[in-house]
Amino acid sequence: MRPVYMVSGGVSKFAKARPDVTFQPMVKEAYDYALKDLGLEHPRFVEIVDGSVASYFSDHFQRQLMSGIMVQDYLGLCPKPSHRVEGGGATGGLCFQEAWKSVASGLMDVCVAYGFETMSHVNTWKGNEFIALASDVSFDYPVGGFYSGYYAMMVVRHMQEFGTTVEQMAHISVKNHNNAFHNPYAQKRKLLTIEDVRRAPMVAWPLTRLDICVMSDGAAATILASEEGVNKLEKASGKRIKPAKIVGIGRGTDAMRMADRPHRQVLLLPHERVSDYRGLKYPGIHSFRAGRMASKLAYEMARIVNPIKELDFIELHDAYTSSEIQTYEDMGLCKYGEGGRWAEEGNPFLPNLDYGLALKKPGTLPVNPSGGLIACGHPVGATGLMQAVFALWQLQGSIKKHFGNDRLQVKGARRGAIHSHAGTGTYVTVSIMEKV
Amino acid sequence: MASAKRERPNRKLPNEEPVALPETDDGTILFNVPFPKDLAQLKAMAPIILKQPYRIDYIHSYGQDSPFFAGLANGKLLGTVCTKCGYKYATPKLHCMDCGSECDWFELPQVGAVHTFTVCYFGSEEFLKETPFVLILVEWPGVDTLFLSRLIGVDPLSPSLEWVGMKVRAKFRRLSKFKPTDVYFVPA
Ligand SMILES: [Zn+2]
Repeated sequence: MRPVYMVSGGVSKFAKARPDVTFQPMVKEAYDYALKDLGLEHPRFVEIVDGSVASYFSDHFQRQLMSGIMVQDYLGLCPKPSHRVEGGGATGGLCFQEAWKSVASGLMDVCVAYGFETMSHVNTWKGNEFIALASDVSFDYPVGGFYSGYYAMMVVRHMQEFGTTVEQMAHISVKNHNNAFHNPYAQKRKLLTIEDVRRAPMVAWPLTRLDICVMSDGAAATILASEEGVNKLEKASGKRIKPAKIVGIGRGTDAMRMADRPHRQVLLLPHERVSDYRGLKYPGIHSFRAGRMASKLAYEMARIVNPIKELDFIELHDAYTSSEIQTYEDMGLCKYGEGGRWAEEGNPFLPNLDYGLALKKPGTLPVNPSGGLIACGHPVGATGLMQAVFALWQLQGSIKKHFGNDRLQVKGARRGAIHSHAGTGTYVTVSIMEKV
Repeated sequence: MASAKRERPNRKLPNEEPVALPETDDGTILFNVPFPKDLAQLKAMAPIILKQPYRIDYIHSYGQDSPFFAGLANGKLLGTVCTKCGYKYATPKLHCMDCGSECDWFELPQVGAVHTFTVCYFGSEEFLKETPFVLILVEWPGVDTLFLSRLIGVDPLSPSLEWVGMKVRAKFRRLSKFKPTDVYFVPA
């Protein structure tokens, strides 16, 4: 396999509803932004690009099969090769990695990965039903299919097992909302307190409305290239590209039914030992084995031994505050069971922002500097690609250019990770990107 | 009536009858749609947003899992056990996730314990009218996996971590709906 670079990206404004356009022009907004940032217009770019990968999650939300090809034709990319990928909440992350494979394999020099979701076509309660259809329709959905309920059961077990508290979870909400306050792409830009989060309406105990991401309409696009691809694009635009190298990808899976998850031994990362986890039954429903597997594979490929020392920021899939805490542990940022404390200490916060909290260790490793899904929104097929775009801008040091302010720029960011996650941890992807 | 004329067989339409689809009164009817004289103004037009119904009946087979639902109708809670490695599934799987071998049916005890729970105050449209309801995963000693169910007989407005570990007893609906909710749990 050969080196793969991310050269550009774009994100549409995420909103509760975008009735002004159908899904194709929404993707075009993101695609045009990515091209503009490269200094190219479509007719010149289309001479160079070899193909694409399309990502959207739900045929139910969309009520339009083959939406991928409708984006492909709207963008003017026909008859170049393309396919759609789908893997629940991880759809965007999978799409990004499929584009990586297309380039790494030598099949393509330049590949576009675009994704979108239109969740406003139904009301919120019907939307919850559509999402819950991503659980076993014989055994799980009919009992009271509701994803917030599933994640609530997972974190209740995390609380029981490790003593994690609701206040620790609320720290995540405060962090991500306050970060998003400075991100013009975010759907929710609010300065919140721990009390605000806990006083919000209870959705599924112990998760309140402010512990949970919202449904959105939105799109994102990324452009990946080989070295030759980068050269071709630079030659066409006459401009130097500031790419990021994608140095590792990893994926993992787990059983669809939470009830089926095993209770065995922890899948260890290089900096962990068997003695760290005596007596812990793993993953149970308190941890995401798929997230651990994805991290392990991505770290191995990127030659990362201790992620906390070797990563400068992470954009991870915080559909719930609880799952952000659980993901710290899967990714080895702290040991299993320590995620709540790690959050409360301030480690994943940005060191330069004031959150109105007394944090002991602010900014050890900023997580979701963009505001994450909780505040940016979660148009499923776009989400994992949005993370890649924000990660590229962090590594380029171009947050100020794209956000209009540099409050969220992680100073001196050299290496970052993006993490995409599907229903209760069934599919998880981790990709590692480096400044070139 | 024009339509009556058209129904006559083998008769050519008279020249004065325009050829046109018949107009109908069903579906969405919008009168007097505003429209500018200058087409350049069309890009500023507000989007047209319609409500479109979408309803389907599916023919769903429980397939190899069907005996589980027959069990519920007979007041039995069935799990499966691997014929080779002995792994026990509280939610049936007819092939073992661990070793790939076939599993046999066995009857689970009707008293288990709460492994975890939540109270749903909101939910999907289908279950919204049932809120607040309590979801639990039930565990049994010596059984390797869990079972998702509803818990009633606790106060959904006062959830507590102390519910974890609570002994719960299976109860069965008298009139089976052939859904996993034909069984539910109450404090034992
Ligand atoms: Zn077996």
